[in-house]
Amino acid sequence: MHLLILAILIPFIATALIPLIHKRTGALHIGWLVLLVPLVLFTIFVFQIPTISTDETLIQTVNWIPSIGINFTTYLDGLSLIMALLITGMGSLVVLYSIYYLSSSDSFPHFYAYLLLFMGAMLGVVLSDNLLVLYVFWELTSISSFLLIAFWYHRKNSRYGAQKSLLITVFGGFGMLAGFLMLHSMTGTFSIREVAAVMGQYTDHSLFYPAMFLVLLGAFTKSAQFPFHIWLPDAMEAPTPVSAYLHSATMVKAGIYLVARFTPTFGGDAAWFWTVTLVGLVTLFWGAFCAVRQTDLKALLAYSTISQLGLIMSLFGLGSAALHFGAGSQGEIYGLAVFAALFHMVNHSTFKGALFMVVGIVDHQVGTRDIRRLGGLMAFLPITFTFAVIGSFSMAGLPFFNGFLSKEMFFTASVNAAGLPIFEVATWGLLIPIIAWIASVFTFVYCMIFVFRTFFGPSHLKKLDRRPVEPSIGMLISPAILCVLIIALFFMPNLLGDHLLRPALNGVIPGIPGASPHISAWHGFNTELFMTLGIIVIGTVLFLTIRSWYKIYRLQPAGWTFTVLYNSFLKDLKRVSNWITTHYMTGHLPAYFAYIFSFFIAVSGGALIFTGALSIDLSADSPVSVYEGMLTAVMAIAAISILFAKKRLTAILLNGVLGFSIAIFFVLFRAPDLALTQLVIETVTTVLFLLCFNFLPEWTKDNASKRINIRNAIIAIGAGVTVTLIGLTVNSGTLFTSISGYFENSYELAGGDNIVNAILGDFRAFDTMLESLVLFIAGLGVYTLIRLKHGKGPDKDEHQ
Amino acid sequence: MESLIIILVGVLTTVAIYLVLSKNVVRVILGTAILSHAVHLLILSMGGLKLGTVPLLGEEAESYVDALPQALILTAIVISFAVTAFILVLAYRAYQELGTDNLGAMRGSDDE
Amino acid sequence: MSINDVILKTVSKAVVLIILTFGIYLFLSGHNQPGGGFIGGLVIASAFVLMFLSYDSETVSEALPIDFKKLSAFGVLLAMTSGVVPMFFGEAFLSQSFGYFDLPIFGKTELATVTIFEAGIALTVVGVVVNIILSISEDE
Repeated sequence: MHLLILAILIPFIATALIPLIHKRTGALHIGWLVLLVPLVLFTIFVFQIPTISTDETLIQTVNWIPSIGINFTTYLDGLSLIMALLITGMGSLVVLYSIYYLSSSDSFPHFYAYLLLFMGAMLGVVLSDNLLVLYVFWELTSISSFLLIAFWYHRKNSRYGAQKSLLITVFGGFGMLAGFLMLHSMTGTFSIREVAAVMGQYTDHSLFYPAMFLVLLGAFTKSAQFPFHIWLPDAMEAPTPVSAYLHSATMVKAGIYLVARFTPTFGGDAAWFWTVTLVGLVTLFWGAFCAVRQTDLKALLAYSTISQLGLIMSLFGLGSAALHFGAGSQGEIYGLAVFAALFHMVNHSTFKGALFMVVGIVDHQVGTRDIRRLGGLMAFLPITFTFAVIGSFSMAGLPFFNGFLSKEMFFTASVNAAGLPIFEVATWGLLIPIIAWIASVFTFVYCMIFVFRTFFGPSHLKKLDRRPVEPSIGMLISPAILCVLIIALFFMPNLLGDHLLRPALNGVIPGIPGASPHISAWHGFNTELFMTLGIIVIGTVLFLTIRSWYKIYRLQPAGWTFTVLYNSFLKDLKRVSNWITTHYMTGHLPAYFAYIFSFFIAVSGGALIFTGALSIDLSADSPVSVYEGMLTAVMAIAAISILFAKKRLTAILLNGVLGFSIAIFFVLFRAPDLALTQLVIETVTTVLFLLCFNFLPEWTKDNASKRINIRNAIIAIGAGVTVTLIGLTVNSGTLFTSISGYFENSYELAGGDNIVNAILGDFRAFDTMLESLVLFIAGLGVYTLIRLKHGKGPDKDEHQ
Repeated sequence: MESLIIILVGVLTTVAIYLVLSKNVVRVILGTAILSHAVHLLILSMGGLKLGTVPLLGEEAESYVDALPQALILTAIVISFAVTAFILVLAYRAYQELGTDNLGAMRGSDDE
Repeated sequence: MSINDVILKTVSKAVVLIILTFGIYLFLSGHNQPGGGFIGGLVIASAFVLMFLSYDSETVSEALPIDFKKLSAFGVLLAMTSGVVPMFFGEAFLSQSFGYFDLPIFGKTELATVTIFEAGIALTVVGVVVNIILSISEDE
């Protein structure tokens, strides 16, 4: 049984079922049924841990479009398993939380359908081994994120945030797709594992760096890395469970996952090392710096998420150096960074998830999440306060919480990196631990703001809408579980390390088995400990004196943000495309025809001349009899006379001359079926024209300007000459052997002597059937055009 | 013969396209009708002309003319009839609703 | 459209019959001689059109209570069904088969499923052509 494929499909099936069952659940909240999906999936994945922790991997393939190498190959290794557990585990907690969070006026079926859609798509991203399948699921996560951000679509900000996130992530996704196609054109395979295995041979390929940067573009936009981070704060318009799930725990980690997944492919290259590390560090610093100035608790958490994602990203960048060294002590030193990245990825999901849920509770119970209006909530929400302390102290990297462990490892990695003997690190290497340290100071400050501004200090109850109380127990279960995890992971980190992180590490930096350390909280008095102590001291000082240095935020001019850039870009894009469109989309049919025919002349005629295909050879022509010559002359004269016809009746009769002449040609050219058909059709068409002339005015002289007429004449003659030249060229040679001989077996194959009819009724019956369909649709079209007149409604008294 | 027919096709195409580029809706329809005549002749001449006898096996001839273009043209004739009928009716209904047979005056509104 | 022309009416009575016979002949002979569903259908349709032209449409509709829209829909359906049936016998969509049978009066006769398909096409053509002409001529 294809367990993994089933795991991806279950959420999609559940999504489809939701509209069917939601009306039948009665008093039971539909969330409880939805909760089963992530719970079951989580259990499935938990049972994979024993297999995966022995470094085995699961590969299951279903052929999808094998002819172009697209197979639905799923692949489960340590890295995928961590992600899958995060997706389903956090998914369970978030669904549980949302049952109490959503108000009865919200549309549950929509919410849970989108959420399950996302869950399935996200599992697809982390489990698929095929680049194109991954891409499809990748964009599906963007779409479900769009739907969830715009869940309260009556709010203008929700719509703006949803559009922004979609535009930025899909823009990156397109870049990533281009990168994937480059990878395919280099290696000839769409399998991620195979690409990674052979990539070593292609480092000098001209597409190597373009592919790398395009894949990174996808990762950076998805994971909200600087300068693409601007969509994440606006995504906070989504309901809080969504923010906790998509925009901190899972979807934004898809970019991180992508970087980790492609580390075996690109890792060990200097450009990869510098790009990932620097973008990560800049994001880490900028996110932390901006988080401090936020007044909305969710915005604060959004910037903090950006910052933390930057931290994980930079760790993957630093760790990629391990692949440069390979197995051995050097490789192990830098491999530690990857280990720290994986560890922090899990930790971040736990504490950020808890913090978002805390904000959700505050918002739900108090009615606001504006720091300036909050304060002194500790007395009213003691349990929530405990969660907030645990979550934010873990985020700040304080001991007895899991964040401390991964933060320490981050410092170790950054200090090690400063002494890296490759990639010209020597000149700028020292900046790495310095930026890391400064960013961590700001992290500490905003964590303190989160706790102290919300829960301590004077109570502003008069400003609040209602007196806050603890929420129902159901809303507290999920953050409580996460807080237990935060503390448990501090005391028993190696349980996670040995069973999940070590196999995952092998997936990211294969061939360096010794890189997985034994995690311990106490390393003696080393640099890292002093860095942490420094953060606490300096951070506390900065937090207490925040008013005196807050004005540095005013140094940034108001118009100089990336969001302003984004907005004005969108505005200009609309303006320019509108301008272009209105200039060529004139609404005049003749103009469009002129474009089409000019293009035809340029492309077909141009190709004919510039490829040197043009050749005229009359030797194979059959002889011309006198009748045929005369008939040709008659047709040419009749056709040209139509142009000068004063009355439309003359023109129609001349057209009839053309039609009947062609029928005679069909006779001369041994095509009796065609001759018969043409005769009847020409008669019926002429009747049709005459009938319609009852309703149409006599045609007036074409009173277009001389310039237009000359332009039209040039286009018409050009097209005529092009067609003639193409026809003559085709007639002068044979590129392929004719397939028509086959049809001469019509008596044996189709039981008919009339070859034309056998082709129509048997060999190419599909054409004929569709043709009769076209005829039928045209007939219906004529009927509806005439009978169903605008404003009159259907004609009731038509005869039947 | 083939070359002569191809040149005739060129003449018909020129006339047809000149009519199609006109503003008068009846001229445009006439143009499409002539264009389909031209295309039918072109397809037929591409299979070679008069290279054998009528494609009926009952004739028991040495060689038959190419039957495939004939089958294609038969389909094309019927479809071009259907399309001509449809756009004719479209034209006269448009005239009834809009009061003009001038394509220049038939443009949609700006916000379409 | 009522043209009170006795000669036209009388002549068309005879001619319609001849055209109809010719149309049916063309339809049936299409397998081995020039003809077939399209041509047969068109000729039959032109017979109907001639009827509608020489008599007014109400008279014809009374004598011939056929809804030509439904006729054309039935034709398409027939053609498609004749294509679907072979799929139940493991053949491809629209594959035709034929055989030779000894019939009492006709002697050795070829019967082919393609005739059903062609009949569908012919009915579609008749339905559509007559429907188009009728719709236009009845428009006020």
